[in-house]
Amino acid sequence: MAVWEALLELADDHLVLGHRISEWCGHAPMLEEDLAMPNMGLDLIGTARTLYDHAGKLEGKGRSEDDLAYLRDEREYRNCLLVERPNEDFAHTMLRQFYFAAFMRPYWLAALNSADATVRGVAGKAEKEMAYHIRHAGEWVIRLGDGTEESAARMRDAVEALHIYVDELFDSSDAARMAEAAGVLPVRADLRDTWERTVSEVFAEALLEQPKAAYAQRGGREGIHNEALGHLLAEMQVVHRAHPGARW
Amino acid sequence: MTVCWQGSAEAAWEAAAAVPDPEVPCVTVADLGILRWVRVENGVAVAGVTPTYSGCPAVLAIELAVEAALRDAGFEARIERVLSPPWTTDWITEAGREKLRDYGIAPPVKSSGSIRSLFGEVMVACPKCGSTDTEKLSEFGSTACKAHYRCRSCAEPFDYFKCI
Repeated sequence: MAVWEALLELADDHLVLGHRISEWCGHAPMLEEDLAMPNMGLDLIGTARTLYDHAGKLEGKGRSEDDLAYLRDEREYRNCLLVERPNEDFAHTMLRQFYFAAFMRPYWLAALNSADATVRGVAGKAEKEMAYHIRHAGEWVIRLGDGTEESAARMRDAVEALHIYVDELFDSSDAARMAEAAGVLPVRADLRDTWERTVSEVFAEALLEQPKAAYAQRGGREGIHNEALGHLLAEMQVVHRAHPGARW
Repeated sequence: MTVCWQGSAEAAWEAAAAVPDPEVPCVTVADLGILRWVRVENGVAVAGVTPTYSGCPAVLAIELAVEAALRDAGFEARIERVLSPPWTTDWITEAGREKLRDYGIAPPVKSSGSIRSLFGEVMVACPKCGSTDTEKLSEFGSTACKAHYRCRSCAEPFDYFKCI
């Protein structure tokens, strides 16, 4: 286990979620969302790129950001399970985005003091971006939760479906614990209170109950994923793998 | 912003600074504050460029354009991507803000450092008539850095350069 592997986990979270929400491009219910989704997806993918590049350099085996993104299989991906969940409907998509951003905003704020200069640089940009991801997704959670009978029911379904993936956000793998001990990355468990506060504020307005998870689904950090990730990777990697080393 | 004026660094700065932004061509990379510095090291012009947003697709185009401009000015050139400190709209120069307004884009409301409430709104003045009776149509606009607004006084729809 090494610090670069913790950066890889973080990069995988961002790439997978960024790719997921980009799937809405051209399919969103209104033009504003057709712009918003790829926009937020680009923020996440941009963050992932810098983290992959840095992780590859720290690993020291000459792997580039493209090698790390396109040439690892499902079992080698280390993202948490929340980010790979399928888009389903707008309620699922926006709740997933809101949960993730509500975690990443305080994470990046804490990472502004990282011992690693690249992490500090990423954090400086990403914390600002996560603030408007929280705002945008949070507004949708409220609009749907406190909306029509249909939208509220969908929002409740999304809460029911996604809450078992929340706990994993606060887990630290062995690699993450190393990075935390070295002062490179913030301690995940410390962010729970802030996350709960952000979520309960929005849920109160959205007329949603925050359920207590009867159990938590984990495994992403060990490469144990849901089948949803395989389909995402297949689509994302096919061109790169079909034309190895192609340049334009 | 650190600018090292040594040898022909001034010429290098001028060449790089004149490069227009590919997505908002009314302003240059210097107006936007994304060209951080230009140094000449052993005859090589090195330009520090900072991205606006993490995933701004224009980053590479900007870096290539700055490099090309330096080569055209007769320098060997190299680009360094600067992540820290992060770019803020406060770095857009006064001249840059004026050019944005003339172009029909409302410049960012000043002092992005202030933490507004979670769902706080800002007052954006219409670049055409100056009225602040405007409404946000979409927080996400034609590029990562812009939101879409409409003026209620003169009915002009316009882009707002978001504050970050």
